[in-house]
Formats: sequence, structure tokens, C-alpha cells
Amino acid sequence: MLRDAGLVALKDLRIEWTSRILTAQVLPFGLLVLILFGFGISPERIVQGRDRRTVLEDVSPALFWLAVLFSSLLALGRAFAIEAEDGNLDALQLAGLDPAGVFLGKMLAISAELVVLELVIGGGALLLYGATIEHPLLLVAVLVATTFALSAAGTLYAALGAGIRVRDTLVPLLVLPVLAPVLLGATRATESALYGSASDGWPWAGFLGAFALLYLGAGILFFGSLLEES
Amino acid sequence: MNASELDGPRVKRTVLGQEGRVVSTSSELTRALGVVAIVASVVLVVLGLFVSPADLFQGDNVRLFYLHVPVAIVALYIAFTVTLVGSVMFLLKGSVFWDLLAGAAAEVGVLFLGLTLVTGMLWGRPTWGAYWVWDPRLTSTAVSFVLYLGYLAVRKLEMDPTARSRRAAVLGIVGFANTIIVKYSVSWWRGLHQGSTLKPLDSQIEGLMMFSFFVGVVAMMAVFAWLLVHRFRLAWLQYQVDERQLEVALRERRSEGSSSGLAQGGI
Amino acid sequence: MLDGVVSLIGRFPALAGINLRIEASEVILLRGPNGAGKSTLLRLCAGLAPLSGGSGRVLGHDLGLRSSRRLLRRQVGLLGHKTSLYDELSVEQNIRFWAKANQADPGMVDVVMDRFGLAGRLRSVKVSGLSAGQRRRTAMAIVVCRRPSLWLLDEPHSGLDQEGRGLVDNLVLDAAAAGATVLVASHEVDRVVDLGARTVTIAGGRAIAESPDVA
Repeated sequence: MLRDAGLVALKDLRIEWTSRILTAQVLPFGLLVLILFGFGISPERIVQGRDRRTVLEDVSPALFWLAVLFSSLLALGRAFAIEAEDGNLDALQLAGLDPAGVFLGKMLAISAELVVLELVIGGGALLLYGATIEHPLLLVAVLVATTFALSAAGTLYAALGAGIRVRDTLVPLLVLPVLAPVLLGATRATESALYGSASDGWPWAGFLGAFALLYLGAGILFFGSLLEES
Repeated sequence: MNASELDGPRVKRTVLGQEGRVVSTSSELTRALGVVAIVASVVLVVLGLFVSPADLFQGDNVRLFYLHVPVAIVALYIAFTVTLVGSVMFLLKGSVFWDLLAGAAAEVGVLFLGLTLVTGMLWGRPTWGAYWVWDPRLTSTAVSFVLYLGYLAVRKLEMDPTARSRRAAVLGIVGFANTIIVKYSVSWWRGLHQGSTLKPLDSQIEGLMMFSFFVGVVAMMAVFAWLLVHRFRLAWLQYQVDERQLEVALRERRSEGSSSGLAQGGI
Repeated sequence: MLDGVVSLIGRFPALAGINLRIEASEVILLRGPNGAGKSTLLRLCAGLAPLSGGSGRVLGHDLGLRSSRRLLRRQVGLLGHKTSLYDELSVEQNIRFWAKANQADPGMVDVVMDRFGLAGRLRSVKVSGLSAGQRRRTAMAIVVCRRPSLWLLDEPHSGLDQEGRGLVDNLVLDAAAAGATVLVASHEVDRVVDLGARTVTIAGGRAIAESPDVA
């Protein structure tokens, strides 16, 4: 299983590396979303109360994760488009690769892509929204846990749309409600890491980790059923 | 393919509509269920609107609860549990019966969940002053609603029926787990905003309120069961029709062979 | 080998009760009009298309069981209309990936690339830049690496130049010589029959004629 996972992950990352879709299209899209949020929420508006933060800074964790979420949809769609174009899913089955290994490999490749997305979009958010980091350790934990939560659930649900003509419209409908708790948890935890108390954030980070593990298990268990005769 | 759990023999007897027999999804069971549903609903209307008292804090708004809460209970706890069980059994056994049952329950469940949202919002307007507040239950219900809309969308996909059923089954299982996650994460998030419960004047009135609520649960369960059986039988009929069309298609396909193939000297 | 097999694509019965017996290490030519069910038959034998009715065994594996279909898949080499290549990877990267995925001998990679004329300039060309014929050669090279016991070739000659067609013929002869079974779906009747093939005619999703001495 791990051998197959490594093989698939390396292959997917190599494809991303040569095609540059991630850097040339998905990353700029994520940054664009950040800028558009800035247009939507006037940057001069101030939060009432003691803190006197701008509204934009106040909601920057949510905007950051929304931008990551939308960008990850593009990355997910692509991960299965490359398999469906030329009948490669059949060939993967003929090769006798362990479906759980294929799932893990796809998930790891998407995780790596998500980390790049998060670093660039996160840098953009700090810069554009003027946020500061209070608890860096918590932030790192949240980033790692959310990455795996997004990639595990995302890979499983993107596979539901593999090999279907209406994939592009179906997968977002399926995946976004599922990722709603992840968005919720990641945003709360990131708020704590940026301008709250760390003790509020750690339980959410734990929740995200548990979510990732649950979907990791579901993916290993069900991926074979999804690929069969598709 | 075992339909006996839902009064199968009768379904089979009328299913193909041969010799001018009327095809119907009804039976003694559904007629009895229908009577229970109607009677319980009428009793609920009388109890809920006229007999039971107004709430101390909520006034007449409380009457909406006798419909809202039972509908929500049926959707979230019963309908999607049936979908879960049907999905698990389909993956284990591979029988069409369980697949169709899971699909029928999800369809009726989505309808009930929609009703839950509408009645919840109607209650929220006079109580909270807005149709939508970020109440944990309302929010998690909305997310579950979209989640199961996705499930229904997968069931309607144009692809190999067996593969589609298998994908839907995976979704039916994981979606159920996710509904629970959504519920808990949202109430954790909105922890301080506890939804209102009944706050009656004294115990005697409380009894009447609880009874109305109980009648509501019975009525909605009967309505749900009635809809589920009919929806399932409709799906079962559709399946039989498909099987028949398949036989026709097979015959056509075979005659294709004898008429074209060799007669034209091959290709 | 196949007994009254029905296979559906969606709700269309692509195979409508086909009966077929094929001995081990035979070469079979499947002929028949477009849409006769040849491609589905090949996918069925590969363990990919579903078995909706009847029963079938391929290489001793029961087509009705998912677990044995999985075992079957590793032993077949399917060369279909789709080439299963990754557009963004080079010819060599594709062949090496699939060789690893198929657990093939890594030493085979250079051998097959030589044999199918991919060792020179084409080695590092991205697959998206290949012609249809070159793609098919790459796909053939990958299948050869697998050393299958059952070859399933779907229109293997189409879109190839004279040299490429010669390569296909050699492939079939080599496979047969090595004791493998070969099923070729093709309109190039004379060409395949010259390779010593028995002919089975498919129409309407069934085998309607078998002949060792076809006209």
C-alpha cells in the first residue's frame, strides 16, 4: 500500500511540476480571491470595541481559509482530470495497484500542493490584511491538521466524481458541505493563533486532526468501491 | 432482491400491470398507515392550535414546535439512519432492494429537512426577530440539507447503475458521519446560544404540551412511513420496468446479429 | 470460457449472451461490424466491464467475483482505443511509471523503448507532443513490459504506419510463441489470419460464427 502510495504521489507531483498548473493558475486564482475580498469589505472599516482592529484584519482568518478552500477545489478537480482523460483509471486497476495506496498517494500529492497554496496565500493575507501572528506554534499545528483534513476528505469526494461528465459542477456541491466543519474549525483556531488566546485554539486543532484521521480511514476503506467499474 | 419486508408479494403481483390490472403502489399496509397519518395529523392540529395552551415566554409561537421538532426528528434521526443502513447493506450484499430503500429514505428525508428549515425560520421571525439566526441547530440542519441534496444528485447521475449505486452508498455512509460532525462542530462554535425549550406554567399544562408533541411525533412518523413505502415501491416499479426494457433491448441486440452480421458478408 | 455472458454499458446490452471457448495459447481474430460488442468483450476479458448475466472464466478466474477479477487484471495486457498515458510526462517517464506500477522488470524499459523506436529523440518528448501513432507505440511498449498471459488488442493496427503495423504483427507472433493467448479485434482480416488466427465473428453482442478457415 505504501509503495503504491509513494509511486502515485511522486507521479502526481511530477506532473504538477512539469505542467505548472498550480503555480501558473491556481496560486494566482487564490491571490485574486484575497484581493476581491478586500474590494468587498472596505479596508477602512474598524471593529467596535477595545481592539480597534480593521474589519478586514478581524475576518482575515476566514478569508484566508475561504481562498484556500476555493483554490483546493481546482487542485482536486485536476488530480482526477489527469486520470480520467485517457483511461488511466482503468490502467491503474489493471496494474493491480492497491486502491488504498492510490487514495493515499493522491492525498499526499494534494497535501503537498495545499501546503504551497497555504504558504503563498497566507503570506498574501498577512500582507494585504495586515494581520499579525500571536501564537506561531498553534498556527503551524492548525495548518498541518487542516491540510490533511482538506486533502483526505477532498480526495475521497473528488473520486466520487471521477470519470463523470458533470464532474466539474458536481464535486464542489458534494465537497463543500463536507468541508464546512473544517472551515469552521480552521477559522476559529486561526483566529486564536492570530489575536486570541491559544487555549481556545488547541481544541479546534485537535478536532481538525480527528477529522483528518476519520476521512483517512474512510478513504482507505471505500476508495476501492468508488473506482470499481467506473 | 428481497422486497418482502415492505409487503413484497403484493408489489410483485401488481408490478407489471399485466392483463389490464391497475399498477398501484398502495396496499393494506399503506392504507392503514395513511389512516393513522391523517387521524394523527387532525388530532395534532386540534391539540396544537386549539387545546394546548400558549407558552409563558413564547406565546402562540410555541405551537409551531409541535410540527417543527417532530419533522426534524424524523428527518435527522430516522430517514438518514434508514439511508445509512441501506447503504451499508448494499455495499455488503449488493442487492437492489437496499439501494432503492436508501435512496427513497434520503428523498423523503430531504423533503422533511426542508420542512424543518422552513418551520424553523417561521418560528425564528417572531421569536428572534429574524428569519435566520446562526442558531447551531438551524445552521447544521442547513448544511446537512445541502449534503443530502448532493447525495440525491449522485443518484441521478448518468452512468453505470451498479457503479452509481456503489458511489451513492459510500456517500450515504460518509455523509451520515459528516452530519454528526457538522452538528457537533456547529454547536461547539455557537455553544452559548442554546435553543429554547418549552417553559410551561405548571406541570398539568406541561403534560398537555408534551402530549401534543408526542402526537406530532406519531403523526410525522406515520406520514414519513407512508411516503417512504410509496416512494420505495415507485422506485421498485421503475426498476422492474427497466429490467423489462432490458429484455427488449437484449432481444433487439440479438436480432441485430442475425440480420446484419453475416448476411452482409461481414465487414 | 464464456457462457451466455451479458454485459451492460449503462442500460445498453453490449454483450447479449455471448458463448465463446478459447483454448490457452490460441490466437483469435474477433471480427464484426462497428458496435458489435468487440471492445466490450475485450474489456470483459480484462476484468473491467461488469458481468451482468451468464458466467465466465478467464485464465481460470471467475468473472463474477470481484476478488478474482482483481487477480485476473494483473495478468492481462489490454491495448484499447485509449492509451492511458499522462500528457505532461515524457515518453520515458510514462513507461517507467507504468513499469513500476506493473511491477515489471526495470531492465525491460530500455529494451522495449529500443524495440518500439522510442529510444532516440522521442525519449524525452512530452506525450502531449506525440502523434497518434507514436502514442500507440508507447502504449504497446508499456503492455509488453507487463508480460501478460492474455493479450487483448483492440484495433491494434489502426493509425499506424507500415513499420508500426509490422511491430504489432511481431508482438502477436512473439506472444503466441511464448505461450500467451491473444485476442485481436480487427478489421484487417487477412493480416491477422496470416498470423495463424482462428476467426470468431461477433454481431449483435453474440458470437455468430467461428471458423478456422475463413474466406
